[in-house]
Amino acid sequence: MTQPLKVDDQNFKGVVIEAKTPFLVDFWAPWCAPCRAIAPAVEELAGEYAGQVGFGKVNVDENPKVATEYGVRSIPTLLLFKDGKPVKQIVGLRPKAELKKHLDDVLTGKG
Amino acid sequence: MNETYQLIIIGGGPAGLSAGLYASRSKLDTLLIEKAGLGGQILNAEMVENYPGFPQGISGSELGALIAQQATKYGLPTAFAEVQGIEIKDEKIVITSEGQYRAKAVIIAAGSEHSKLGVPGEEEFLGRGVSYCAMCDGAFFRDQVIAVVGGGNVAINDALFLTRFATKVMVIHRRDQLRATKVLQDRAFANPKIEFVWDSVVNSITGDKQVREVKLRNVKTGKGSSVEVSGVFVAVGLRPNTDYLRNLLTLDEVGFIPVNGQMETEVPGIYAAGDIRAGSIRQVVSAAGDGATAAITAERFISSV
Ligand SMILES: Cc1cc2nc3c(=O)[nH]c(=O)nc-3n(C[C@H](O)[C@H](O)[C@H](O)COP(=O)(O)OP(=O)(O)OC[C@H]3O[C@@H](n4cnc5c(N)ncnc54)[C@H](O)[C@@H]3O)c2cc1C
Repeated sequence: MTQPLKVDDQNFKGVVIEAKTPFLVDFWAPWCAPCRAIAPAVEELAGEYAGQVGFGKVNVDENPKVATEYGVRSIPTLLLFKDGKPVKQIVGLRPKAELKKHLDDVLTGKG
Repeated sequence: MNETYQLIIIGGGPAGLSAGLYASRSKLDTLLIEKAGLGGQILNAEMVENYPGFPQGISGSELGALIAQQATKYGLPTAFAEVQGIEIKDEKIVITSEGQYRAKAVIIAAGSEHSKLGVPGEEEFLGRGVSYCAMCDGAFFRDQVIAVVGGGNVAINDALFLTRFATKVMVIHRRDQLRATKVLQDRAFANPKIEFVWDSVVNSITGDKQVREVKLRNVKTGKGSSVEVSGVFVAVGLRPNTDYLRNLLTLDEVGFIPVNGQMETEVPGIYAAGDIRAGSIRQVVSAAGDGATAAITAERFISSV
């Protein structure tokens, strides 16, 4: 397992928007149980896609700005960015296989 | 991947984890397969006041985590994969998104999922005002007007919880009375922030970047109306996660799995436990009991073949 980067209101632009690879951002909060439940799958994917896709986590309690900017109103929400733009929005506790498919689609230019 | 176990448990909620606890303490070579995260649906409950051993009550997320911790303490291996089918050869072959696993016996404890309304806008606004988890998303609706759809325990619990954030919570229910238990009903009727819209169903959910309006239809008069809300919390019941089992087992009309008192299904070596089985009271306490029963029945079966 690989720990996703801590992303916040300050470093969001540099880390996510300007990333050279696609970047998956996990919007979460400590009081959200499904967020904790999805975390291990995201950490596994961070290991499996190391070098191909960047991974980060935004605590929405501490960083309301990015959450609001991207209209996140439900957590967990995973936003997958490509070339600085959100191209996929995955809401709720979803199976790892489904997350993988989204990543593969974006990597192969299908999504 | 083609690994063989004595027992495979499908689902890591209270039923599957309890089965795993009993199985791993019995030293059965067991694998638990979970598609999302360990803990199951109870993770979404704000407070559990009816699970024995916690006289002060316990939050659902804590209870789920504790059950998972106890179940894995005796070395229960878990795999993150979505089960897509089961085939019966000499052994049971469990087909998943990550490959196949084999076992002598299988306990199905995949629980249920929230039903959808199935109306236009529901899918489109998911995560942008439409939610199935009040606990997770309530805080995004501070000082706003929101709707809860449903009239059972989950709906009324959600409505009560959401009054902490919202200025007004409109409960939209298709009947003229609630199904929720009396205690919850009394709390809801006494809460000045909760308003009821009776005999009404949702026709559609509309908005722009986020939800703005819910269009309703009165089931008695047929009249349409609409309410302006920025969030819609859907709590209209549960459907069992059994679609991928239709070729293997006869399900009841809703899709639940019929079992006997030992949690045996019609197929030898296949058991069902928890919310997914027909006739369950769909509580943590019954799910845990079912899981334990299924593990013990499975153990007997495994040692007899
Ligand atoms: C908001 C809310 C409040 C509640 N409050 C209470 C309460 O106060 N007291 C109480 O006793 N009960 C309460 N319940 C009910 C309780 O949560 C359930 O009865 C209990 O979780 C059932 O356990 P289970 O293990 O049978 O199923 P679940 O908890 O549903 O677990 C099933 C697991 O299987 C996994 N799964 C599903 N399909 C697959 C697949 N194809 N492959 C792999 N894995 C799969 C799921 O991801 C899930 O983790 C509440 C439920 C909700 C939603």
